[in-house]
Amino acid sequence: MHSFGQRANAIATFSLTILAVICSLASFTDNFSAPSPKAEVKVSNFNWLQKQRNGNDEASLTLNISADLQSLFTWNTKQVFVFLAAEYETPKNALNQISLWDKIISSKDLAKFSIRISNKYRFIDQGSNLRGRDYNLTLHWHVMPKTGKMFADKMSMTGFRLPEEYR
Amino acid sequence: MEKAGLPEPITKRRRMGWIRENVDSIRSLQKRQVLTQAVSLGMIVTSALIIWKGLMCVTGSESPVVVVLSGSMEPGFKRGDILFLHMSKDPIRAGEIVVFNIDGREIPIVHRVIKVHERQDTGEVDVLTKGDNNFGDDRLLYAHGQLWLQQHHIMGRAVGFLPYVGWVTIIMTEKPIIKYLLIGVLGLLVITSKE
Repeated sequence: MHSFGQRANAIATFSLTILAVICSLASFTDNFSAPSPKAEVKVSNFNWLQKQRNGNDEASLTLNISADLQSLFTWNTKQVFVFLAAEYETPKNALNQISLWDKIISSKDLAKFSIRISNKYRFIDQGSNLRGRDYNLTLHWHVMPKTGKMFADKMSMTGFRLPEEYR
Repeated sequence: MEKAGLPEPITKRRRMGWIRENVDSIRSLQKRQVLTQAVSLGMIVTSALIIWKGLMCVTGSESPVVVVLSGSMEPGFKRGDILFLHMSKDPIRAGEIVVFNIDGREIPIVHRVIKVHERQDTGEVDVLTKGDNNFGDDRLLYAHGQLWLQQHHIMGRAVGFLPYVGWVTIIMTEKPIIKYLLIGVLGLLVITSKE
């Protein structure tokens, strides 16, 4: 009545459907978690502010970053990508986002940390607008699931200001 | 003799008629079957096309699903994972994973945005990307002398993720024999299957 091919086809279709349903359910459960991450960032030392030969300003700073992102982890979380960006406005650009540091957190145990580090990526402006510039430091986190929808959030810390003169 | 000889032509005629009828029915049946199979094959192809084009409309991206080919975003995305793209009007922001095309490069790249400069007057963006697993940023991958990506380079941003499924495509592009074999077997199945 039913050939081997028909049976194999039915089994394959059914199991793939079930797999897809389970994957989307796993992704859906992420909606019920209400994470409460905590983070604090301080500029522990301002190293220097200079004008490059091509006219762009570059700054260097040392950061104290402590964060507890353990609540972001659910059973469907593969990793959390966390990065710190300096964000500021200049006459030329409505928004400048410069990533200064980032880290891949692969497990819940590693999600609570405190480090002191100088900026990993160069803090360079498009132009020479960094002197006396107000900026904020924003910690962003992007949660990568084992399967399904990715989500992201951030925490902004305001009230930072670059020095008035090159040094 | 006459009586005995009479039945013969009738049975002959009958037999001839029976065969003709049967042949005719087989002929028409085959025609019908071939037609149905052609139609069902067409349905499969067109529904696949409809799903693909529909996804293009919904997501606003010219390729709504991409397969990760390199390990530059590990451990987040591995080779063979599938990404779902979305192209909304929202401006690009740091941290987002975008798929972009470089002039003179055939294969699009999936990397994370680490720097954004958005113009005050025009709202145009300059974007710098980097692979999570790479040591340096992507300026070496860009076209010669190119420092930033602009909006038109970007095909979409990754919003969802499905592991392993892309291996099917990778295997089929790298071993075309398997592709032709698969198409041949499937085609044969469609043609020979009754109903």
